[in-house]
Amino acid sequence: MIALAFLAQTLRIAIPYLLAGAGGVMSERAGLIGLTLEGYMLGGAFGAAVGALATGSPVVGAVVGMIFGGLLALLYAVSALKFKANQVVTGVAINLLVVGLTRFFLRLLYDSSSNSPRVPGFGRADSGSGFTALAINPLVWVGLLALVVIGWVLGRTAFGLRVRAVGEHPEAAASVGVNVDRTRYAAVVLSGMLAALGGVYLALDQHQFTDQMTAGRGFIALAATIFGRWEPKRVAIACLLFAGAETLQIQLQGTQVIPSQFVEMIPYVLTIVALAGVVGRAVPPAALGREESA
Amino acid sequence: MTTPVAEVVNAAPPGVQPEAGARGASLMEALLPPVVALLVAIVVGDVLILTFGQSPAAVYRLLLDGTWGNAYGIGQVLYKATTLTFTGLAVALGIRAGLFNIGGEGQLAAGGFLAAMIGLAMPAATPAIVAALLCTIGAAAGGGVVGAVPGYLRARFGAHEVITTIMLNFVVLALLGWIVSAKIHVPESLHTPEIHSGGVTRLADIMPIFHGSAANLTLLVALATAGAVSWYLFRTRRGFELRAVGLQPDAAEYGGIDVGGVRWRALALSGALAGTGGINFVLGYKHYYEEGFATGAGFLGIAVALVGRNSPFGIVIAALLFATLSQGGLAVNALVPKQMVDVLQAVVILAVATAVPAVRQSIRSSAKSVARSLMQKTGAAGGGSR
Repeated sequence: MIALAFLAQTLRIAIPYLLAGAGGVMSERAGLIGLTLEGYMLGGAFGAAVGALATGSPVVGAVVGMIFGGLLALLYAVSALKFKANQVVTGVAINLLVVGLTRFFLRLLYDSSSNSPRVPGFGRADSGSGFTALAINPLVWVGLLALVVIGWVLGRTAFGLRVRAVGEHPEAAASVGVNVDRTRYAAVVLSGMLAALGGVYLALDQHQFTDQMTAGRGFIALAATIFGRWEPKRVAIACLLFAGAETLQIQLQGTQVIPSQFVEMIPYVLTIVALAGVVGRAVPPAALGREESA
Repeated sequence: MTTPVAEVVNAAPPGVQPEAGARGASLMEALLPPVVALLVAIVVGDVLILTFGQSPAAVYRLLLDGTWGNAYGIGQVLYKATTLTFTGLAVALGIRAGLFNIGGEGQLAAGGFLAAMIGLAMPAATPAIVAALLCTIGAAAGGGVVGAVPGYLRARFGAHEVITTIMLNFVVLALLGWIVSAKIHVPESLHTPEIHSGGVTRLADIMPIFHGSAANLTLLVALATAGAVSWYLFRTRRGFELRAVGLQPDAAEYGGIDVGGVRWRALALSGALAGTGGINFVLGYKHYYEEGFATGAGFLGIAVALVGRNSPFGIVIAALLFATLSQGGLAVNALVPKQMVDVLQAVVILAVATAVPAVRQSIRSSAKSVARSLMQKTGAAGGGSR
């Protein structure tokens, strides 16, 4: 029983990581740093609240959330690809922009500086927090399949091959006729929509949007992307591992076995260790973050 | 010497290349970022204000009145600009070395924390100047250690500093959060007890007109630090090596410079600059370390460095600009949500990062760029990547 509850809780926490992690893989494999995942998620969460509140339908909420994420990703792509702006600066700016915009429109639309009114979600009132609640939420299934599908797309489709090519060696890709920029635009917008779904899940699951509700989850997804060495299967395992650690922390709360702050550090410390290559170096896509200096 | 990881994000950070350029266009280039920033802020600000059904003129008047219109407002702007000067200098020093330090939040917090610990450890009878000096050294050391870790990882393993610095933010903040909550906090609060000695004089103690504002003499330390960074970068051998590594790491290495050593020293120094900023809050304002005091100031340092074009003087000006926006948000809150300012700050960064390279390119319409664009057109099949 306890093991099942643990598993259900882990899955519940892992879904946003899996969705944003899929976005992280897509963006970084195409050569654009995934610092913006946090912003996509927060934008997606806000879009879900706006859409679901306006129509009463969580499906519309999910669609609006994905559109918001896609638009933010497009903004990032245009700055980085068309105007050749620095990806780190732009990424940080977009995250700040989403925090500001969601706060501003929270005041404008719902006259609150902290949260939206109650948002309809996918669950039923009697479904509780176990596996039943998870199983009837379509976003759980999307989340579980996201990295599997991304793995298939990257490994088995022509589009995936192009994405990997522009992330590793854009010049070579261009020389064989791949439209480098178009491929990157597509990958980044897809990454924005996937990560936004992670935020959509949070808002619908918690039945409201709250200021900065993603609380660094986008960076945990980025950590999982790197710790999973940019390979969808490994990234999925990293997401589940990080979610498992978080569940453990929640279960241990109050027992004083390990302070919660030390569990919070796990994803970040593991990622730093992985980058330093102490246990098998994580080697990023070769063209990641490179400015296409004309 | 380059490991695969070292090649990642070899994006030359903004503002590094133009220094080698012609002096003629340099004034225009220097003025470009702040002008772009102001124009974009006004346009986007107008849209947001009109969305909220207010008159832009009234809001801007309120913003100016609440910041530069009275001594209290000026004091608050100066206080906020002081912290931003330190975090801006930290980012700029990194960029001069070709490194992106986005760990300012954690370094600033670590600096403030160590300053508070030293202030707590010293007896109240310690001479004020000695105590303040020791606390400041502690702040620099705290930030410096946090900066040195990614510096070492970059130099030794090629781990990219963009990711390690941002990940370290979370680690440092969690660690400090644990120490404060489990060991030394004042009950019912998220802060430490007040320091016994090391407090810095408030501006209001010298000029009573500033009464109530948090501005303190740390602002002189910030100005002196900006001067020192300028001297270090442009007048010392170490500074020359640092800039050489930032501009052309391969050439610098060929010229006999220890690139790895320069990189980790630069990140440690960058962290120390951000950490020193912690004294503004701890010694000058609250006299204790409080969880979350660094929130936002670290990331805004990136904006300050960008708009200030990584020059120490430009950074002081840019810090004043962003501090005015921050304080102005509070002033206009009666008419429009203060959150408008968060949007404006982000839009300014985005606009400067996006527009300035584009405009700069068009300013330098030399034969080279014409030739380059011709080449680009002929190779346009590949979508113009390189």
